[in-house]
Amino acid sequence: MDFGNYSSPHFPVSGSVATMMRHVLFALLPGSICMTWFFGPGVVCNLVLAALTAICSEAGMLYLRGKPVRSTLADSSALVTGILLALALPPLAPWWIPVIGTLFAVIVAKQLYGGIGYNPFNPAMAGYVVLLISFPLELTLWPAPHAGLGLSDTLALVFLDTLPAGMDLDTLTMATPMDSVRTRLGLEQTIPMMQDGELFGLVGAGGWEWVNFWFLIGGLWLFKARVIQWQIPASMLCALAGMALVFYLLDPETHTSPAFQLFSGAAMLGAFFIATDPVSASTTPTGRLFYGAGIGILTYIIRHWGGYPEGIAFAVLLMNMAAPTIDYYTQPRVFGKSGDET
Amino acid sequence: MTELALILVSTVLVNNFVLVKFLGLCPFMGVSRNVDTATGMALATTFVLTLSAVCSYLANEYLLQPLGLEYLRTITFILVIAAVVQFTEMVVHKTSPLLYRVLGIFLPLITTNCAVLGVALLNTQEQHNFLQSAVYGFGAAIGFSMVLILFSAMRERIAAADVPVPFRGSAIALITAGLMSLAFMGFSGLVKG
Repeated sequence: MDFGNYSSPHFPVSGSVATMMRHVLFALLPGSICMTWFFGPGVVCNLVLAALTAICSEAGMLYLRGKPVRSTLADSSALVTGILLALALPPLAPWWIPVIGTLFAVIVAKQLYGGIGYNPFNPAMAGYVVLLISFPLELTLWPAPHAGLGLSDTLALVFLDTLPAGMDLDTLTMATPMDSVRTRLGLEQTIPMMQDGELFGLVGAGGWEWVNFWFLIGGLWLFKARVIQWQIPASMLCALAGMALVFYLLDPETHTSPAFQLFSGAAMLGAFFIATDPVSASTTPTGRLFYGAGIGILTYIIRHWGGYPEGIAFAVLLMNMAAPTIDYYTQPRVFGKSGDET
Repeated sequence: MTELALILVSTVLVNNFVLVKFLGLCPFMGVSRNVDTATGMALATTFVLTLSAVCSYLANEYLLQPLGLEYLRTITFILVIAAVVQFTEMVVHKTSPLLYRVLGIFLPLITTNCAVLGVALLNTQEQHNFLQSAVYGFGAAIGFSMVLILFSAMRERIAAADVPVPFRGSAIALITAGLMSLAFMGFSGLVKG
């Protein structure tokens, strides 16, 4: 019998990469289920494709680099990258979209930099931006909520590019709420005019507000499980809502409300799961506040004035770029030294 | 006023000289190994770029165009830039030896920065007036400086990363620059036209 003598402190061991990633996957569950409920089996299809590609490409790269394959794969960080990318992709996209995106994310954005812990850019968002710039058309294939395409029809569409008789892609898909608001504002319509349509739900866009709500719940649970710190999500959501509030109060005719901004796009997924990536985000406590706020402000700028309807992915990459500089200027004071000594 | 602000946003973010127009890549790759030298280079370039944009505008407007010598534009601009750089170097040397030491070798190197010539030529191509030329040059310089400093901080971090052997050094730096360029695509459409 082994009665080892363990010295204090007797805290439960936590915080290995593997447990952290498993927590993240678990927290993504409610949101993913909700997305599947609204947008059909295409979501699951994307998730499976991206997860498989992520694991295979990570294993391949580890093998090529002569690193231990099994033990490194077990930390599930590649799986999280694939899943996050898949959740950002439209459910009716052809099968090669999640595959190409994940390949780029895992191989170029992560493994070429040396794997987990070294990637300066969020791999999932790098993959998403590559897809968005290279295949803009395929990335608009979002179905309307409850479009009613069954499992077999979805599979046929994703893998064989065939649709059931009497249907075409234009009737099946619908512009995402962010996109739709943009286009209609461009056509000189005002926000109150759009509000009578089926686009809006309780606070955000119909369907999307529930997806965001469940991601919010998952995110709060992550915070409670101490996987993420409060600074980045809080400052990002506050900055986004603050920008939205200022412009909404100035001119409610052409600017959507803060609630719409928070609950209609990818804000919650971005704030709790993407911006908080511990590797590519800022690491100092003050730096995290600036980092999150930067993402929020850039997101609003790109959403409202930029060429793309959703700006989270670009904003995250742009702040990833700035994170080393932010860290450089916000290093905390060493305990026991005054501020002006270095 | 709005027009000048738009030129500034356009040159700093939307048409960033390094990441969107791919000009000035040599100093971008060459002096981005650490933050301090990058900051020095950024300062020197900002000064020279603004001054040379103004000077080449003046040379073009009051020398080349009245005399009908537009075909000498490129070579004149190169001369103007070299003169401005030399002048800057002399002034800085006399007035602030400290700054001169900080900037060091970077001052003469700016002569070969293609972004400087690019700004001068684009100014005449877009037919900017005096103030627009100055703002265009200043915006290009700010965009260059910002990207250079951010990039150098990233490279310091990447230098410590476990990068696969074939990709070490310039290869991974170019991949990083490519990813930064991708991120800057997000600004497209911010300024129309």
